[in-house]
Amino acid sequence: MLKGRYGKHGGQYVPEILMNTINELEESYNYYKNDFDFNRELDTLLKEYAGRPSLLYFAKKMTEDLGGAKIYLKREDLNHTGSHKINNVLGQVLLAKKMGKKRVIAETGAGQHGVATATAAALMGLDCEIFMGLEDTKRQALNVFRMELLGAKVHPVTSGTQTLKDAVNETFREWASRMEDTAYVLGSVMGPHPFPMIVRDFQSVIGKEVREQMLEKEGRLPDVAMACVGGGSNAMGLFYDFIGDKSVELIGCEAAGKGVDTELHAATIAKGQLGIFHGMKSYFCQDEYGQIAPVYSISAGLDYPGIGPEHASLHDTNRAKYVPVTDAEAVAAFEYLSRTEGIIPAIESSHAVAHAMKIAPKIGNDKIIVICLSGRGDKDVAAIAKYMGVNIDE
Amino acid sequence: MSKISNAFKNGKAFIGFLTAGDPSLEKTEKFVLEMVKAGADLIEIGIPFSDPIAEGEVIQRANIRALANGTTMDKVFETVKRIRQKTQVPLVFLTYLNPVFTYGYDHFFRECSEYGIDGVIIPDIPFEEKGELMPFSDKYNVDIISLIAPTSEERINKLASCARGFVYCVSSKGVTGVRNEIKTDLQSIVSSVRSATNVPVAVGFGISSPQQASEISKYADGIIVGSAIVKIIEEYGNDAATPLFDYVSKIKQSII
Repeated sequence: MLKGRYGKHGGQYVPEILMNTINELEESYNYYKNDFDFNRELDTLLKEYAGRPSLLYFAKKMTEDLGGAKIYLKREDLNHTGSHKINNVLGQVLLAKKMGKKRVIAETGAGQHGVATATAAALMGLDCEIFMGLEDTKRQALNVFRMELLGAKVHPVTSGTQTLKDAVNETFREWASRMEDTAYVLGSVMGPHPFPMIVRDFQSVIGKEVREQMLEKEGRLPDVAMACVGGGSNAMGLFYDFIGDKSVELIGCEAAGKGVDTELHAATIAKGQLGIFHGMKSYFCQDEYGQIAPVYSISAGLDYPGIGPEHASLHDTNRAKYVPVTDAEAVAAFEYLSRTEGIIPAIESSHAVAHAMKIAPKIGNDKIIVICLSGRGDKDVAAIAKYMGVNIDE
Repeated sequence: MSKISNAFKNGKAFIGFLTAGDPSLEKTEKFVLEMVKAGADLIEIGIPFSDPIAEGEVIQRANIRALANGTTMDKVFETVKRIRQKTQVPLVFLTYLNPVFTYGYDHFFRECSEYGIDGVIIPDIPFEEKGELMPFSDKYNVDIISLIAPTSEERINKLASCARGFVYCVSSKGVTGVRNEIKTDLQSIVSSVRSATNVPVAVGFGISSPQQASEISKYADGIIVGSAIVKIIEEYGNDAATPLFDYVSKIKQSII
């Protein structure tokens, strides 16, 4: 019996030691997702605490400047904690609490998911430990301090490439040693079933809101919905509600780093091969012997060698298209949106903004593009200054 | 019945693990032969992987050293070929699913069979997903070793009843690595396994001392030692043969 399959992708490739634990998670989720009280509590948290629904903002200046399609920004950056990650963690941490867990653990790349998890754990009174690659703790030192302020313990991960994939390894290792009282709050639509399903369901609020808001503002659905993709949670959250609407083109923007022709990228769909890692069958950046490749992106949140299995399947069936966007293009978009709309986007989200800047002028002004602005860019300001050679040290 | 059953014919079995290519494939060959000379009944050869999620720090470091030395699946098979010219000890591979998947299931199991590998242990494929490997295991008569964990509980019967070669009972939660104390009620797990299968039961994870080995061998058919061996190799590098011989002899004597 194969569970959690998306075409040939997905599955549950985890050590035996975790099988009963992930089965317990699946059963609990299947129960609570239909539980009236659980849903009422989660809805209240999303509205009163996270600030949902997030705005769908018409980027008038950007639209006029690019001279093509109308551009709307789905403002996930305005959520509490500054990104879409809160949607998923409120769901998963509430679920953990209902399951009687006392402690949550999570991996983080840029720190957004770690901050969101630490926030939800503080709110709901659970202990919280975050695993973050040592390299990322340096790139995102402010987020480390933020998590500590929220009462979480941050473990710098020194194994492997010291980035997101190693943080995931270490969180799985921790879970394998302590699962009775501990829930793993996975941050993206990846990992073994049921995680890709759970995270997608909790993030699908993004697309559902976009549909309603779009119908209200424009009386129709958008022509293009686009988002950045690392593991792919904000993209899946945006796409999911539109998969059945064939008129809506779905585009995921992956990190091409210094370029897909160099070795310094994290462009899984463009350059990866089918493989089995982190509990799932999907596409991964790897060498000819199946060793997982060290990947690179200016964006810590997209610096992951794999992609969620449902995205891999949407790629196989051509329902969604995945395009590579380089560091340079993302940084240009970061600056562009800041100056044009007065919105500083996360460097992750800037990958999607960059691709919109490429295609908007080429498609007619009767078309509508929705970009998921998955997070705010305050956390990236220091890194971008460094990239641009600006010295901001006092 | 595969050759693995031979490992359990000399009293309680000592199963030793090392990572291929740490510190070099030439030394891997030498160390395997040395452990056999010291009384090892079965050798687990680790094919290094970039992200060994079931391993603790000691074996993680061995994986990194081996990969840095340019160890590849092809070279490990060549090494096995050389080892096979010198010993008939049962050999099993331990590796992760992605290197096997990428090599090609048919290709991998065919070469295992050709070069004399009797079984494979793959920590990241649970019972539920094993179906994609079984046709190749059957076709080439290479056993996939079933792992049973302290958390397996009601799954034990299902896992053990289809076990081949031997059952690998994981002693503790968490990852591989030396432990001072094993808290799991191993005896009751081993007896649940025995009620579901006649294949031998070996216990691994955390075993390093003769006392632990002797205690566990009272109720298990074999003991598996990994991190303690890899630690010796880490410490002595190219000169590990003698300390390995001494260590394996000592443990083997403790379980006779």
